[in-house]
Amino acid sequence: MVKQWFKSGSPWIWMTGGAVSISLISVLGLLAMIAWKGLSFFWPSQVVQFELDGSVTKQTVIGEVYDREMVPKSRLEAMGVDLSGFEKEQLERLLIKTGNREYVDLDFRWVLETDIKSKTTPADLAVFERSKNGNFYGYIETVIKDGQVITDNKKQVLEELVDRAVDLNDQAADLQDGDIGHINYALERLRLQEKSYLLDDALTDERVAELAQQRAALRADYLVLEKQLFALRNQAKRDKVTVKDMRGESVTIPLYQVLDFWLPNDMGFFAKLGHYFVQLGKFISDDPREANTEGGVFPAIFGTVFMVMLMAVIVTPFGVVAAIYLHEYAAKNAVTKMIRIAVINLAGVPSIVYGVFGLGFFVYVLGGSLDQLFYPEAAPSPVFGTPGVMWSALTLAILTLPVVIVSTEEGLSRIPSTVRHGSLALGATQAETLWRIIVPMASPAIMTGLILAVARAAGEVAPLMLVGVVKMAPTLPLDGNFPYFHLDRKFMHLGFHIYDVGFQSPNVEAARPLVYATAFLLVSVIITLNITAIGIRNHLREKYRSLEH
Amino acid sequence: MTSNPNKPSFNTDRSRLFKDRFAQYSITAGGIMVLIALLLIFFYLLYVVQPIFESADVETRDSFPLTNAEQIAGLGVEEQTEVAFLLTKAGVVDFYSVEKQTFGKKLTSLPVKLDAKVSSFATSAPFQGQYAYGLENGSAVIVVPKFLVTFPNDKRKLTPRLDYPLGELSLAVDDQGAAIAQFAFSHYEEKTAIVAQTVDKRVMFSSFIAEENMFTGEIEWQVERTELDVEGRIDQLLMSPDTTRTFVRTANQIYIYDTRFPSDVELIQVLAANEENANLVSAELLAGANSLMLANDNGEVSQWFEVNTDDGREYQKIRAFETAKQDKLDIFTEFYRRTFFTTSSNGELGLYYTTSEAKLWQGKISDGAIENFAIAPRSNAALILADNKLTVVDIHNEHPEVTWSALWQEVWYEGYPEPGYIWQSTSASDDFESKFSLVPISFGTIKAAMYAMLFAVPIALSAAVYTAYFMSSELRKVVKPTVEIMEALPTVILGFLAGLWLAPLIEEHLPAIVGLLIMLPVGIIATAYGWTKLPAGIRHRIPEGSHSILLIPVVLLIGWLAFAMSGAIELWMFDGNVRQYLTNELGMTFDQRNSLVVGIAMGFAVIPTIFSIAEDAVFSVPKHLSNGSLALGATQWQTLVSVVLLTASPGIFSAVMMGLGRAVGETMIVLMATGNTPIMDWSIFQGMRTLAANIAVEMPESEVGSSHYRILFLAAFVLFIFTFIFNTVAEFVRQQLRDKYSSM
Repeated sequence: MVKQWFKSGSPWIWMTGGAVSISLISVLGLLAMIAWKGLSFFWPSQVVQFELDGSVTKQTVIGEVYDREMVPKSRLEAMGVDLSGFEKEQLERLLIKTGNREYVDLDFRWVLETDIKSKTTPADLAVFERSKNGNFYGYIETVIKDGQVITDNKKQVLEELVDRAVDLNDQAADLQDGDIGHINYALERLRLQEKSYLLDDALTDERVAELAQQRAALRADYLVLEKQLFALRNQAKRDKVTVKDMRGESVTIPLYQVLDFWLPNDMGFFAKLGHYFVQLGKFISDDPREANTEGGVFPAIFGTVFMVMLMAVIVTPFGVVAAIYLHEYAAKNAVTKMIRIAVINLAGVPSIVYGVFGLGFFVYVLGGSLDQLFYPEAAPSPVFGTPGVMWSALTLAILTLPVVIVSTEEGLSRIPSTVRHGSLALGATQAETLWRIIVPMASPAIMTGLILAVARAAGEVAPLMLVGVVKMAPTLPLDGNFPYFHLDRKFMHLGFHIYDVGFQSPNVEAARPLVYATAFLLVSVIITLNITAIGIRNHLREKYRSLEH
Repeated sequence: MTSNPNKPSFNTDRSRLFKDRFAQYSITAGGIMVLIALLLIFFYLLYVVQPIFESADVETRDSFPLTNAEQIAGLGVEEQTEVAFLLTKAGVVDFYSVEKQTFGKKLTSLPVKLDAKVSSFATSAPFQGQYAYGLENGSAVIVVPKFLVTFPNDKRKLTPRLDYPLGELSLAVDDQGAAIAQFAFSHYEEKTAIVAQTVDKRVMFSSFIAEENMFTGEIEWQVERTELDVEGRIDQLLMSPDTTRTFVRTANQIYIYDTRFPSDVELIQVLAANEENANLVSAELLAGANSLMLANDNGEVSQWFEVNTDDGREYQKIRAFETAKQDKLDIFTEFYRRTFFTTSSNGELGLYYTTSEAKLWQGKISDGAIENFAIAPRSNAALILADNKLTVVDIHNEHPEVTWSALWQEVWYEGYPEPGYIWQSTSASDDFESKFSLVPISFGTIKAAMYAMLFAVPIALSAAVYTAYFMSSELRKVVKPTVEIMEALPTVILGFLAGLWLAPLIEEHLPAIVGLLIMLPVGIIATAYGWTKLPAGIRHRIPEGSHSILLIPVVLLIGWLAFAMSGAIELWMFDGNVRQYLTNELGMTFDQRNSLVVGIAMGFAVIPTIFSIAEDAVFSVPKHLSNGSLALGATQWQTLVSVVLLTASPGIFSAVMMGLGRAVGETMIVLMATGNTPIMDWSIFQGMRTLAANIAVEMPESEVGSSHYRILFLAAFVLFIFTFIFNTVAEFVRQQLRDKYSSM
């Protein structure tokens, strides 16, 4: 009976079905895990006060429970932990994020469940998000406003003061990046101009005087702005808060370091929800801090989008033209065959090879020649002869060219030939047919190809590591300084941010949730793009199916 | 002029025609651009790689006669090879221009400050650029010819001068004041040492340490002297630049002393280095001073370096180079690279590289014997003293370290106990011997791809077969895009998950992974069997082709079970720690980021590729074939195996090829999920370094145009060719299949 059942092959069908289940579980599980880990990070978790006693000296630990794991008793005993009187084979270990980085040795510590004597969640425990040294946990003792100690209504006053400090910090940052950055940029351009006059042997006395005058004017502006900046900074330094930390000591935190504070144990569900979205918003709109392990990912989002859009502008005409050639013009000959093989191969060549090619050809050959021709005054520092956003976009444009070609060609092949014949029969030339009839009809397919190309480019990291991505770009490739688009600049990228923060950062443990959040952001963008592309394609197929009949 | 509206206007037509033509040509050009792009990549990579396989070349620039040729003791050339200097036995340094325009013009002559008559002369290792005179009063003076570079009127101008790194006072080598017959020296950073033989046949090692007098501020020399006990005629003295080794050549024996501690000079080996019927004629230290090069009168030059043996570290003969048999054969070495030159009495110059065992160039430079030789700091030129003439030769030898054998065969590197395949491209020191074997990283690439395919192929193909052949079409519409969406998942995310989530998970729950491998198939078959025992009423309510949905809870349950039992199994079978068990009992090293992790992560990356193409191939097998088979009484499975799979096999092959191509070139997953150590080991618990990851790691740091840079391009070129072949074959096979189906 069983033998016959095996002979019928039915178990093997089940086995192949199992493979599908495994694939499905892993895809969906993976996505769900990234989503969960990435999104749960912003939820304000409870801050717990532990009283420890046992294999460690008696102490109080305040922090968030970050992770938990089961450890076999024997392994702990082998490490020299005294666990006599404990029965179970395995025991639980909690990873606690204690923050207060500058006062304790480790801002993460493992705590054994046997050591925990009591566990409370006092409502007045506060979390301070700071611009330096990470979070601070403790009890608010006093608030110092303009040098005066305030003890009444501490929370409300503190909220106001924190808002004020954040506001001042923002103003100072705006001043520094905006007006002062502008002056620095202008000074640098003057320097280059002087050098270029010198190279052309055109540095007359008049010009020297003119340059000096401009420089003096800029310097004067700078001094005014600098004064404003210092005034703002001094203002921000007035307010302080004293907090009792887990060692029982009072610590004074200047408020200009505080970005936000909250009392998680005192929050209701909706308060938490509000806080959650505020944090999520900050993640998307803020600059990274503390070697990318904290803060937001705005420059990375901006860099990714900017580079990808630049790439789309480059790849679309070439991809569409190539597809039109292959589908509308190409004769069935050896050249066409070779072009088809080239398309297939361009799609299959490892992305790192494009990176190597981009670095060698675009950056060193093209960029080096551009520098020699147009930017002799900047030498020896390269302008385009160094990795940058333009070369990244170009490299990825070649990489995604096959995606656009294949998709556009599919769209072209779905347009019934009767449409072409009709147009030609009415006297239109082939070019007119193409321009007026075929391309508009194929535009959703071109769009699909473009979206797929963008999705591919947004997730590609390996070639970018060679042709322009950096872990921390001081300036965005787009700003208020003429000529506004700075295609020679290096940029940040979400995918590289994941690699960098996850693998190169000094504090991987602290950065891990941020990496998950970034990964979730990237995955959701890419999957949305893909689903949109698939949707457009399916819609298109339906449309032309009805046209054919 | 009025135009007739009925009459066609030729002007408009012509412009329309022109536009049409223009569109045709520009679109054709655009189409051909794609081909050009591919060819450009191919040829550009080739163009960068090509110089490493070019052979070396030596060209004579020019020569000029010298009146005092027999008086010349040493020579050297400045970095830009514009000025040469000759040190005479009398203690005068002559500077000559060797630029093309003013070739042979004597610039100046500077006397060396000497407080006694010269009795001997010695040169340092080439990169130090020092020369020393031994004097009749038993002392020595070290001198360095230097150039002051100024730019008057925007023109480079060199002003020669002489530097005395140890001050102008001579160093008292022999406290008895006997004249120095021959010597070798080194002054490097804080250390200064001289090994000298005096005219009364004593050999002594002296070390000098500068000490500032606390009261006067003057430098005083703390000298430590050790007399070396050497028998027989002394032919040559050598010292390593860091003063840790001293070599004394007596006829055919080399006495090797450890002179690291001047107070405790130790004879570590007496090397009997002569071959049968041959006598040693000269010896020299290779750059880096780890290797001793010996030449004998049979024309053989051999390389010796220290190797770990049972009796400790000993100098051993590693390899030999054949040169022309001549009675005078001298060896000269480069600044930093392992290149050496041989000069002989018939005026021949030879150019060799030790690591790659390559004879790079050989040719006749002069009619008479070559008396002296000096290499330029950038190794792009050399001075040759022969026939009473000074000849300057230009040397083109950019990439001596790369040969086919150095890239792909076992090489015995300095300090290694045996020949091996090693990739170690850079180090902190200039005189580092680069180890450019592509074998370990190619091996790593194959290993990573193999483990990934081992994981991906069974799952992807089974899933493809099921989805295409058994699954209901509604379900298929959902399942196929779901699996394919994984292809869009950025590999950096897979790599990050593999490195930071999967690797620690596997480390903690190793038994669970092995358990899954066994429990999953067993569990699925058990479920299948259990299904047949269910009442027909329930079975028929579930539509055909939804096995995979039924199995989802089963797989989840088995997965949970495996992980839940993992700890217990670990306690029961492996004393609670699998890692320790592996290391202690089985002797396997366990890296946290290992091939298993890479296999799984990269497997996931290639599953959608294989799945998608294979599913298309199976799905497009004409239905009348399988229907015919079923009608003849074959079961579903029989039909699948002997009709459908057979017909679709080229497509499945092409899917596997595409998957392999992707696995070979994948960068980020390997970069993040392995330790990136270039080791050669098939162990599943160890990492690897692949070609692609190697490029990503090293390319940003490599110097443009260096051998390292070009070898990385070679790695990219290898990847390009590899995937080109895979893709073209796969596409070709798929094309054939499409033609076949359309005729069915």
